[in-house]
Amino acid sequence: MSILSCPLPQRTSERILLGHGGGGRLTNQLIEDIFLPAFASTARHAHHDGALLNVGGGRLAMTTDTYVVHPLIFPGGTIGDLAVNGTVNDLAMCGAQPIALSAGFVLEEGLPMETLVCVVNSMRDAALVAHVPIVTGDTKVVDNGKGDGIFINTTGIGRVIAPNVIGPESVRAGDVVIISGNLGDHGIAILSVRAGLEFEGPVSSDTASLWPSVEALLEAGIEIHCMRDLTRGGLSSALNEIATVAGLRITVEEALIPVSDIVRGACELLGLDPLYVANEGRFAIFVAEADAERAITVLRGQSVSNGAVNVGAVHEHRSGIVTVRSRIGGNRVLDMMSGEQLPRIC
Amino acid sequence: MKFLDEYRQYDSVQRMALEIRRKTTRPWTIMEVCGGQTYTIVKSGLQELLPPLVSLVHGPGCPVCVTPIAMIDRAVATALLPLVILCSFGDMLRVPGSTQSLLDAKSLGADVRIVYSPLDALQIARANPTRETVFFAVGFETTAPANAMAVWQAAKENLANFSMLVSHVLVPPAMKAVLASPDCQVQAFLAAGHACMVTGYEEYVDIAQRYRIPIVVTGFEPLDLLEGVLMLISQLEEGLTIVENQYTRAVQKVGNLQAQARVSEVFEITHRAWRGIGEIPDSGLRLRDQYRSMDAEFKFGIQLADAKESTECIAGLVLQGLRKPYDCPAFASSCTPDRPLGAPMVSSEGACAAYFHFGRRKEDVHSLVSLASKNQ
Repeated sequence: MSILSCPLPQRTSERILLGHGGGGRLTNQLIEDIFLPAFASTARHAHHDGALLNVGGGRLAMTTDTYVVHPLIFPGGTIGDLAVNGTVNDLAMCGAQPIALSAGFVLEEGLPMETLVCVVNSMRDAALVAHVPIVTGDTKVVDNGKGDGIFINTTGIGRVIAPNVIGPESVRAGDVVIISGNLGDHGIAILSVRAGLEFEGPVSSDTASLWPSVEALLEAGIEIHCMRDLTRGGLSSALNEIATVAGLRITVEEALIPVSDIVRGACELLGLDPLYVANEGRFAIFVAEADAERAITVLRGQSVSNGAVNVGAVHEHRSGIVTVRSRIGGNRVLDMMSGEQLPRIC
Repeated sequence: MKFLDEYRQYDSVQRMALEIRRKTTRPWTIMEVCGGQTYTIVKSGLQELLPPLVSLVHGPGCPVCVTPIAMIDRAVATALLPLVILCSFGDMLRVPGSTQSLLDAKSLGADVRIVYSPLDALQIARANPTRETVFFAVGFETTAPANAMAVWQAAKENLANFSMLVSHVLVPPAMKAVLASPDCQVQAFLAAGHACMVTGYEEYVDIAQRYRIPIVVTGFEPLDLLEGVLMLISQLEEGLTIVENQYTRAVQKVGNLQAQARVSEVFEITHRAWRGIGEIPDSGLRLRDQYRSMDAEFKFGIQLADAKESTECIAGLVLQGLRKPYDCPAFASSCTPDRPLGAPMVSSEGACAAYFHFGRRKEDVHSLVSLASKNQ
């Protein structure tokens, strides 16, 4: 009982860990420490889902994303849907109507042609629904064992329709936080297939284009201050990024955050927190309090966001922070995810 | 959600908290033994509902936190052996060893897999007959029965490519170690409900009598914890030192006899080093001699350099409830969940990580309290 010290000299990561791709703090470190110093002069919009470009008097948004998912085909979608919807959504979050996408494929030697056809067809279908053509592409093949079947990169450009600047810098104290529907469906759908788990009912990925909802909000003349799709790192990472850039405090009510019973049960069982689980067809919207009710009505009129609810608000604070009021009435800080979310022992 | 929502209900929780405030007349320090309880307390902001006179300190019941550094080093070295598949519960992966964690080993090419049960590891062993599957068996009495079952099943099937790296620990010796410390401030225990589900709580009667300390076997939901606190406060205020069971829906006094029989068939009690605390006599489990062929420690006979301990981190004091995580100079500065110095910063059940993630920094506590008073 004499040695009351605990282990370890401080270390820094000398190699890439899986957590560097998790969308949480490690990913941010990678951006801050490696990418921004290298690209800082040109990458002006690193904290947003896409870059805004002034081209010939018009405003364009440009974004790129790479998709790596196992399994390639899962309940509710495929890697192909994700690759189209994800990039369309990144454009939508800039208030931009998608104009065109590119598609780059890294295929693994030995991949069944049938799988590729299935994935490509789902891309075609998703692109049709989103009214966006896939206009250019590229293919590379790597040795068997050196890829996970299919990796896809999509890049998208879109026309900025929103009249005002949409981004964390436009968020104001007094704004309301709206979420477009149930959280966690995509992450749990993937996990249940991966782990061979079955729950009381089917859980399907929520992968979908969010542009119809954004377009409806813009057409209704609602001034959107900020939007963020709740992908890797879930709600907590999105809110933390916004709070940090805005330098404001975001508060959410745990009891108001919509999570289906099946996803809640799965998270309890697996030792995960639904606020950190990935979504592929959900987003958070910040609007002035006066616009909140109308925004929710408009969102509920679109199938992809028919579960829209008000979950919180923005307040002045000395620094960016996100807090949650728990179901029992206690407060806690909702921190950004560190590395990957690892299941608890018991 | 059935069986959970009723224990997280705002009204019942507030009523219970009010009752605690009414009963409390003096300052009391209560230790929740189990990391799962710490997680609920911090995640639900439960301390805020308690009167300022009641202070909760966090105990050593986090399996991830107390697994000795030498054992992490051994797991990393085993994972890096050719042909080995090392299976582990998820939150052991980030725990730092002397130089590496299992996640680091994975980034070097080791086959490290997250499983939810030792029986999954058994299935991996069956499916990979030409490779060696090793399960990293950590945890308290709660996980021991399933681990014993896996060993028993592997022996029955003559599954020669399955083995276990065992680092099991026991709750009661750790509680005694906390009480034996000359600086101990703990006046009552919320005992770990899930461990008691297996072992029962007869052993705790002796601790309560010998150390004159009230103990309440308690569950893991906010309402469970508040009811446990209320039962302890009632005892403390009346000067009682008995064992009570709050978690009656899961725990019986004698525990689960079948599970106990399987555990003692496979495991025997041994001395065990606790990370940050040191060796505690008779505080762990190891495989019995007839299962030695399945003990990865002997099977692979890895020789390790001495484990390196640093002096900066005060995890040992935190695990005994002698300090709060934010009292550590390294907390949230040189020690974060991304670069943990000590194991309690790793698992979500670890007191330091729980404080870090849920904002229990000293300044945050003050800021939240002022927010709460504004909201009322």
